Amino acid sequence: MRLRGIFFSLSERQSMNAHTHSTDDRCENTDDRRELQMARSMCWHCQSEMAGEYFCDRCVKVQPVSKDLDYFTCFGLPRRLALDPQTLETKFYELSRAFHPDFYQNKSDAEQTISLGNSAMLNTAYRTLRDPIQRAEYLLDLEAGSVKDIRTTPPADLFEEILDLQDTLDEFRASERASEHASTLRTKLHADRAVLEQRQRDMEAQLQQLFSRWDALQDRAEVTEQARVERGRILKDMRDILSNRTYVKNIVNDLVATIA
Amino acid sequence: MSRIVGIDLGTTNSLVAYMDHGIPRVISARDERAMVPSVVSLTDNGLIVGDPAKEHLTRNPERTVYSVKRFMGKSLADVQGELAYFPYTLTEKGGVIRIQLGEKSYSPPQISAMILKELKLRAEAFLGESITKAVITVPAYFNDSQRQATKDAGMIAGLEVLRIINEPTAASLAYGLQEKTQGTIAVYDLGGGTFDISILKLKNGIFEVLATNGDTHLGGDDFDQQIADLFLAEIRAQYGLDLSTHPDHMQAVRLEAERTKIRLSSELKTTASLDLPDGKGRFTRELTRDQLDGLCTALVERTLGPCRLALNDSGLAPGDIDEVGLVGGSTRMPLVRQRVRTLFGKQPHCELNPDEVVALGAAVQADILSGGTTDMLLLDVTPLSLGIETMGGVMSSLIRRNTTIPASAKEMFTTYVDGQTGVDIHILQGERELAKDNRSLARFRLKVPPLPAGVPRIEVTFLIDANGILNVMAKDMRTGETQSIEVKPSYGLSDQEVERMIEDSFKFAADDVSARKLIEARLDAGALIITTEKSLADGGHLVSAEEADTIRAAVATLTTAKDGTDPRAIRARMADLEQAAKGLTVAMLDDSLKQGLQGKKVSEVTQE
Repeated sequence: MRLRGIFFSLSERQSMNAHTHSTDDRCENTDDRRELQMARSMCWHCQSEMAGEYFCDRCVKVQPVSKDLDYFTCFGLPRRLALDPQTLETKFYELSRAFHPDFYQNKSDAEQTISLGNSAMLNTAYRTLRDPIQRAEYLLDLEAGSVKDIRTTPPADLFEEILDLQDTLDEFRASERASEHASTLRTKLHADRAVLEQRQRDMEAQLQQLFSRWDALQDRAEVTEQARVERGRILKDMRDILSNRTYVKNIVNDLVATIA
Repeated sequence: MSRIVGIDLGTTNSLVAYMDHGIPRVISARDERAMVPSVVSLTDNGLIVGDPAKEHLTRNPERTVYSVKRFMGKSLADVQGELAYFPYTLTEKGGVIRIQLGEKSYSPPQISAMILKELKLRAEAFLGESITKAVITVPAYFNDSQRQATKDAGMIAGLEVLRIINEPTAASLAYGLQEKTQGTIAVYDLGGGTFDISILKLKNGIFEVLATNGDTHLGGDDFDQQIADLFLAEIRAQYGLDLSTHPDHMQAVRLEAERTKIRLSSELKTTASLDLPDGKGRFTRELTRDQLDGLCTALVERTLGPCRLALNDSGLAPGDIDEVGLVGGSTRMPLVRQRVRTLFGKQPHCELNPDEVVALGAAVQADILSGGTTDMLLLDVTPLSLGIETMGGVMSSLIRRNTTIPASAKEMFTTYVDGQTGVDIHILQGERELAKDNRSLARFRLKVPPLPAGVPRIEVTFLIDANGILNVMAKDMRTGETQSIEVKPSYGLSDQEVERMIEDSFKFAADDVSARKLIEARLDAGALIITTEKSLADGGHLVSAEEADTIRAAVATLTTAKDGTDPRAIRARMADLEQAAKGLTVAMLDDSLKQGLQGKKVSEVTQE
């Protein structure tokens, strides 16, 4: 049952890949891609046609997880941002039992290598999907082919506040720690920290809303122009908020480290 | 598949365990305890290991190595601060510590290999089969170099190390097997020289480590040192004696400090007593448990920081922990138990022997690897972040600490200058911002085809395997060719050095066997001489004067042979003595059986 489920979502993934291919500039060229797909369809050991995803139906040898397989598909999950942690964990444990090197100690070198590679990939996939923020960043990457946007200037609506904060931080670093002035600055920094942390929570709430809108749109699976535009807008908004959030988070970390 | 044993290679004591029909058991030699002291001594009869070697700590301190685990994967600079405490001589060659024993020097993996060999022999004698495969435990917080050094030790001892497993997680396997626990557990492992804390989630046979932390330089040894320092200061004040110039007495102080500490786990006060040199008599001192607690509080407090960090990394509060398990001999100290109870707000578990639980867990893991146990699976983590040095001496993290292993990260490298043929890569481990503050693991040079700058694309895969050991692979993305990389470890033996040590160990194995034969022959000869002399004293009147003289002559010949170095000659003289004393033995037996057998002679009885 499990294998069949994965097989269906695999074909779903292939159509998505075709759709997003043009925007994915980091992807290998089309020839490489075809070669990988070819390799996937045949068992490395007995060369028979592969029907199952991770184990050959005929010789029961473990198969390397394709580099093209996205993490959602790997776990047999739809590409949605709301995700049940219990389901994810259960699936992770199940696949760990299938792939972990502990169970390949008596097998051939080739199988041990595959087990190691698959386990490492599975662990990365689980770590990424388990965390809502990393999951959204990963989905953005899959959907819009964007690498994480690293912001170097403050978000527009926080510009003044951040510049003020930087000044206060510099002043605090230069001040005598025991002085009254430092104590005043420290109080101000604590207040700033509270503001920024609230700001972070607001952004997370906004993200949650975007996540729900995205999932709803995916569930409807409309192929209209309107839906396409809506998708694009949600993805752009998500990316903006995610990068602003990372920026604010780094500032908060810096602030905490300074006043500690 | 041949049997795989589980080995706990400890700072103070080591053990070997095996799986007996689904139940892990430790192996003890005949009439001995299961624990083998991790001590190696060079005596006139060769290298000895374990309890007999421990006796040489005070007799032969310069040639007796203990706590060698503290030096695994370390350079001399790493241990500079504590060199004064060790009576044996440490030097360094190629970033690896060497321990001087007589005319030769040994790397820590070689010394550890001697302990492993002793355990291997015990297991072979007990199980009656050859043992070539093992699972060996290490502290969870051991870095890559320390793990690699442990693996090297196994190889030098003639063992294929199928897995390096973390001590607290090994313990959790033993606990889990026993209790069938579900939920979140914390394993607090305070051994002779290292401290680990691991937080695990147990669910349906999966043991998932959420976070681990620790201090590879904190353990029972440090408590002993506190007490020893107190004794030494008082001896100096009261007797004007500086024992640091008496290595044998320094060891006696250390051992008495350890015994005092152990007694204070069950008693509220005790008296330590030490012989002093230069005819100064004895030093005696009463120590109460409160005083001991005072000496050790700061050290015990040091374990709580890593506990909090591990909780934080696993996203849990102390109240979220369902159970706390105690591992390691130092957790017998009431102060330790009390602090752990306070931190986690619950009574810690200590049903399993804290000295044995790690070896038992290693045996469970060995059984999983051999396919015996299939319902349990341990998902462990890497304790330290792994990264590479980037521009400006900053560490760029590739695999974060507490990432489930196996774990991999890929990094693409290119060139900055036209025609550049290599890229130097420096691999680091640690949590600090700057490369220089982290542990240097290795350096290697990536070979690049001479092309315009930025054109080459070499993908390097950093893979931490299930042992927590790093493997590096490189692939030229333009040609698809993989490149083998020669990684030079910063603080470890090169492959060639390990090879040579394995060869050496085979060479010495022959010497070791003959040394062992000699020791055994001497012991047996000694025993025979003593019984014969006793027989002569008790029953000499039962034989003729000539016969008694012949026996005495044979004893004298054997005594001379025993001082020689030929075990075969000793055995031959023993046979001679047995022959010469046969009449006496029979006469004594006859004498003692006279009444019971109504005067029948033994010779008659045996002829029937």
